[in-house]
Amino acid sequence: MSDTQGVTAEEKHCEAARRMPAPDNEAIIEMVDVNKWFGQFHVLKDINLAVNRKERIVVCGPSGSGKSTLIRCVNRLEEHQAGRIVVDGVELTNDIKKIEQIRREVGMVFQHFNLFPHLSVLENLTLGPIWVKKQPKADAEATAMRYLERVKIPEQANKYPGQLSGGQQQRVAIARSLCMNPKVMLFDEPTSALDPEMIKEVLDVMIELAETGMTMVVVTHEMGFARTVADRVIFMDGGEVIEQNHPEEFFHNPESERTKAFLSQILKH
Amino acid sequence: MTDPTTGMSNPEPQAARKPPASSVGVLGWLRGNLFNGWFNSLLTILALYLLWQVVPPLFNWLFFDAIWANVPAEVCRENREGACWAFIRERYRLILFGTYPFDQQWRPLVGVLMLLAVIGFSCFRRFWRPWLGLVWLGALAIYLTLLGGGVFGLTPVRSDLWGGLPLTLLLAVVGIVVAFPLSLLLALGRRAENMPIVKAICVGYIELIRGVPLISLLFMASFMLPLFMPTGVTIDALIRAQVAIIVFVSSYLSEVIRGGLQALPRGQYEGAQAMGLTYWQMQRKIILPQAIKISIPPIVNTYLGMFKDTSLVAIVSLTDLLLATRQSFADPEWRQFFVEGYVFIACIYWSFCFFMSKYSQHLERALSTGHKT
Repeated sequence: MSDTQGVTAEEKHCEAARRMPAPDNEAIIEMVDVNKWFGQFHVLKDINLAVNRKERIVVCGPSGSGKSTLIRCVNRLEEHQAGRIVVDGVELTNDIKKIEQIRREVGMVFQHFNLFPHLSVLENLTLGPIWVKKQPKADAEATAMRYLERVKIPEQANKYPGQLSGGQQQRVAIARSLCMNPKVMLFDEPTSALDPEMIKEVLDVMIELAETGMTMVVVTHEMGFARTVADRVIFMDGGEVIEQNHPEEFFHNPESERTKAFLSQILKH
Repeated sequence: MTDPTTGMSNPEPQAARKPPASSVGVLGWLRGNLFNGWFNSLLTILALYLLWQVVPPLFNWLFFDAIWANVPAEVCRENREGACWAFIRERYRLILFGTYPFDQQWRPLVGVLMLLAVIGFSCFRRFWRPWLGLVWLGALAIYLTLLGGGVFGLTPVRSDLWGGLPLTLLLAVVGIVVAFPLSLLLALGRRAENMPIVKAICVGYIELIRGVPLISLLFMASFMLPLFMPTGVTIDALIRAQVAIIVFVSSYLSEVIRGGLQALPRGQYEGAQAMGLTYWQMQRKIILPQAIKISIPPIVNTYLGMFKDTSLVAIVSLTDLLLATRQSFADPEWRQFFVEGYVFIACIYWSFCFFMSKYSQHLERALSTGHKT
C-alpha cells in the first residue's frame, strides 16, 4: 500500500475498503439461539448470527464478553449447550466425524499463534495437508511455499518457530491455516500478543487476505482494521450481541449506550 | 546515550568494549570459582587436602599395587596392598554368563554383541523409521533363539540356566522397549476425561502397581501366580519376572510421561484440533513428541533405576549379573576377593548407565528447537 503524503488515515481506510469484494447472500455459518455456560457462568446468551460467504466480520467488546468463546464454538474448541450451529451445511453435534469435517473447512488463527515448536515452519504448514487432506508431500510443500511467499517469509521455511519474531510466527500461523484451503478463517485476537511494531505486518497480511474474498470472522481491538476490512462490526457485551452494523454506522452512530461507552474507552487516544 | 559534559545526545552508537582482564581466562576462572573470598578459599584448600588423602591410595589399590597377571589365589592373598584382578581373569566367564553351559557360552556372547549393535544403530535418529521396530523384533527373536537353542542344530538350554549379563540385558532391554508404549497408553488413558472408565482403569493400575515394591511384585509373579493357573499350565520363571518388571516400570514411566503432557500448553491441543487432526494423529505428531522430549531426563532416570533393579530378580532364583557374581565367590579359595568382583560389575552397570545418561543429554540437545511458543 502506498503511503502518499496528504492522504488522511480516513481516506486510506475508504480507499482500501473499496477494494474489498462484496459478500454473497448465502450463509456459511449460522448460529441460532446459541447458549453456552462455563459451569454456572452464562457466557453466550441467545446468539443469533449468520455469516455470509465472502463476508468479513469483526467482533469486538470488552474482555469477558464472550467474543472469543463465540468464534471458538464455530469449530468446536468450545461446546455449546443449546441452540444450533451450522457450518457450510453441516450441523455441529457430538459426532466427531462432523466436527473434524467442519474443522477441515475452518481455519483458525490464535492469539498465541499455537505453532508446533518441534516442527520446522515448513512442517507446520504441511502437517495438516498431508495428514488431514492426504495430499502428497511434494504438493503440500509447494502449496506451503506459495503461502509463505504470500505472507512474505519464504526464507524462514526451514527455521523453527522459536527462532522467529512474534509477527513472523503469526504470519506463519496464518499461512498454516491457509494451506488447508479453508472456506472460513477465524481470528482470535491475532495481534493482542504482539509487540506494537509487529502488529502492522500481521494486519497487512490479513487485509490482503480479505481482498481475496476470504470469509473472515475476526475478534480484535484493532478498530482501524475493522474500518478498512469489515462488512459488519459486531459488538458483544456480557455474552450478548448488543449491536451490529456496517463499520461507518457503527463507529459514527452507535445505537446502544454500552457501545458508546466501549468506543469511548478504546478510541480515547 | 547522553554526553555528560554537554548534556547533548550522542549521535554515534558506542562501540562494544572488552570485559576487564581479571574476569576472563584461567585466572578469572580460578578467582571466580575457587578463591572467591577467604571462606571459599578455605573450602577449596580443604577439598584439595581430602582429595589428596583419598585419591592416591584408591589409585594405588585399583591400579599400581594391584595384581593384573593370571596368578593363583595364594599369590593374591600375600599381596595385601592392591586389588586382585586375577580373580576376575579366573572367573569372568562365571560372572558374565552365570550357569550357562560353559562350552555354549559363545551363544550369549554373540547375542549380547548383536543386541549392543542394534542399540548403537538405534541411537541414530535417521534410522528412526517404522522398519526399526521390525529390526528390533528380529533382533530379540535371534537373541532368544541363540540363548534357548533347540533349532538350527543349537543344543537346547533351559531358561533357568540363562544367567549373567545376557539375562540382565534381556530383562532391561525388553523392559525398556515394552514398558514405553504401555506407559504412553496409560498416561493418555489417565488424562482421558471424556472416557471415565478407561481413566479409572489406568488410575487404578498405576496407583496399585506404584504402591508396592518391585520385590513383592516379583514374589507374587513367581509364587502366587502359579497358584491361580489351571493345573498343567506353567509359565516360565523368566517370563514371569519380565512381566513383573514391565508392569512395574510402565506404571512409573506413565506418570513421568503424564508430567510431560501436563507441561504442554493447551494451545498445542487447540492448534492441532483446529486443523482437523484426529485424536491419534494429534497425539502422534504434536503432543507425544513434545511431551516425550521434555520428559527425557525423568524417563532416563526411571530407566537407570529399572536397569539396576533388574538385579532384584535374584530373589526369584534368576541368575542375573549380580547373583552370578555372588556365585563366583562360592569357591573358598577366592572368597575373600569379593570386593574386586563387585567393583568389576559396578563398572559394567556404570558403563551402561553412563551411556544412557550421555545419550539422553545428546538427544535433548539434538531435539532442541529454540524457544517454546
